[in-house]
Amino acid sequence: MNRKIRVLIAKPGLDGHVRSAKIVARALRDAGMEVIYTGLHQTADMIVEAAIQEDVDVVGLSLLSGAHMTLFVDVSRLLKEKGLNDVIVVGGGIIPEEDVSKLKKEGIVGVFGPGTPCDKIVDFIKKNVKR
Amino acid sequence: MGKKETPSQIKGKKVDCDKNCYSEATENHPERKTRFETLSGIEVKNLYTRDDIAHLDYEKDIGFPGVYPFLRGVHSTMYRGRLWTMRQFAGFGSAEETNQRYKYLLEHGETGLSVAFDYPTLYGYDTDHPLARGEFGKCGVAISSLKDMEILFSSIPIDKITTSMTINGPAAVVWAFYIANAENRGISKDIIGGTIQNDILKEYIAQKSFIFPPEPSMRLIVDTFEYGYKFVPRWNTISISGYHIREAGSTAVQELAFTLGDGLEYVRWAMKRGLKIDDFAPRLSFFFNAHNDFFEEIAKYRAARRIWARELKKLGAKKNRSLLMRFHTQTAGCSLTAQQPEINITRVALQALSAVLGGTQSLHTNSMDEALALPSEKAVRIALRTQQIIAEESGVISTVDPLGGSYYVEWLTDKMEEETYKYWDRVEQLGGVISAIEKGFFQREIAQAAYKYQKEIDEKRRIVVGVNDYTIDEPIEIPILKMDEKGEERQINRLKKLRRDRDNSKMQKNLERLRKAAEGDDNLMPYILDCVHSYATLGETCQVLRDVFGEYKELAIY
Repeated sequence: MNRKIRVLIAKPGLDGHVRSAKIVARALRDAGMEVIYTGLHQTADMIVEAAIQEDVDVVGLSLLSGAHMTLFVDVSRLLKEKGLNDVIVVGGGIIPEEDVSKLKKEGIVGVFGPGTPCDKIVDFIKKNVKR
Repeated sequence: MGKKETPSQIKGKKVDCDKNCYSEATENHPERKTRFETLSGIEVKNLYTRDDIAHLDYEKDIGFPGVYPFLRGVHSTMYRGRLWTMRQFAGFGSAEETNQRYKYLLEHGETGLSVAFDYPTLYGYDTDHPLARGEFGKCGVAISSLKDMEILFSSIPIDKITTSMTINGPAAVVWAFYIANAENRGISKDIIGGTIQNDILKEYIAQKSFIFPPEPSMRLIVDTFEYGYKFVPRWNTISISGYHIREAGSTAVQELAFTLGDGLEYVRWAMKRGLKIDDFAPRLSFFFNAHNDFFEEIAKYRAARRIWARELKKLGAKKNRSLLMRFHTQTAGCSLTAQQPEINITRVALQALSAVLGGTQSLHTNSMDEALALPSEKAVRIALRTQQIIAEESGVISTVDPLGGSYYVEWLTDKMEEETYKYWDRVEQLGGVISAIEKGFFQREIAQAAYKYQKEIDEKRRIVVGVNDYTIDEPIEIPILKMDEKGEERQINRLKKLRRDRDNSKMQKNLERLRKAAEGDDNLMPYILDCVHSYATLGETCQVLRDVFGEYKELAIY
């Protein structure tokens, strides 16, 4: 039987911009995935713990405050440390082009900026999910 | 010739026109869409005539600027007398860097200041708090103490220029920094002017930088109202904001309804405390978004003024100053595109024009690069120039409320008002604003509207130029603002030094007195001022209040 793709949508740090996280959560749900939304103000520990508890395939991080180079990388590294190598990490927000390649090197495999159609995120996840 | 036609005669003509020319025209050339609507989803007809506003009474419903119901503006001369304040929201990195940016903006003709704080500051944390990690100076300036405030405004004439501060959860403390800084510079607090946002209800609803639960938050806000009209009379102690509600994805109607609903909630809390409405209401101010639908935005501002005047009158306000709604406007950040960023200049110009035609008191125009990063100096200058072009070149400022009496605008103004009252009925049924927040009502309404909007774009039912149509394939080359990499270290060292050098026993005593007062019912402003004067930091002061009041946790719903 086909297991539904499970996605954790998380808001790391203090950023309060929730519009896009909620839109993406709904779009993934409408595309047939199981979506868990953490709510606001999550530390890397909280996010990784939730990823383990919820047994997710994907962690989606949303941040519009500009702290992505710190907070996305924290989550990605901690996931690896805990041995969750088959969980993919994607992220979105106000992310300058020059940071995108740096984030990809740090294991944030998909980075989506403003104006990204939801379908593109759905397709990306379906194509790249590891299990 | 010269004989006036009655509305029924006009109606007859319109029916003829509908029957003959219009239906003939649409048969030969069908319209591009079967339904035209505003961004809020209000259906728009092909033509508006006198019939559509026949139910309005000129004197009662439209009237004159500067008099009740203030639909046409808050002053009789409006921009003929004084232009709106050009107030660019700015802040990044350390107090030193932002101070430089303010001076740059003032040199280029800005007429008011507006402070953006970073996330740790917005949540009442000092820069060295663990939760501040990665956030220093990122989307605003870090202000952890009176010391930082001194630097932020050094060599800026705060006795002459007004300052708006976007701060909510810890607004009372940050306002105290500003007052204390003025006092230390020998400027009396009854001279300084400005605004603190201080609107916690929309934080729960949309912007999310809340600290305490609703009840103590409302108490702190009423404390600032009372302290303000008694001791800092030129200060707007709240800016009741629709901006963030709209940015979170609401429609214009929701922005209007939720914001004014919040406004009335503050009035009720202040009156419940025993404050007299005509004492505090003159210092209530508002803040709206200027989004893409030109006429709907104008209708929104006009409706807002009329509804507010009517509702305040119902609550017993007598003074004109209490009844008239003054507001700030910012163009819609969420409408900016990362693609072809230069075209954002055009979007911003149209949005800014709607704010001016809607009678705003002050205006922020967004920079073209804000969907990519913090704005560069050049981008900010162009945004400011956009306001200057409207003011100096367009001629729209020559007469007051030039769209007053437009069949479409008056009809739409009325329609927005009608929709607002419908929302209020629903909120009432849920037990009022705070209960509706706790039930997630506003949050769900906004998330739904945001998702609908995004789906329309994804399915190309709504065109966003440069995003889902008229696209080009080119690298986006926008110079990105570089921040001083030493800023954070300098800030942390300054904090360490401050904690070492101040009179710590005096500071501790003041914090203890604040704790006791917070446990009772005294107005907390004087206690907070004592704390900040003795250089208690933002984090230390807010921690005392966190201990007494607790923290708000919201439902995670999407």
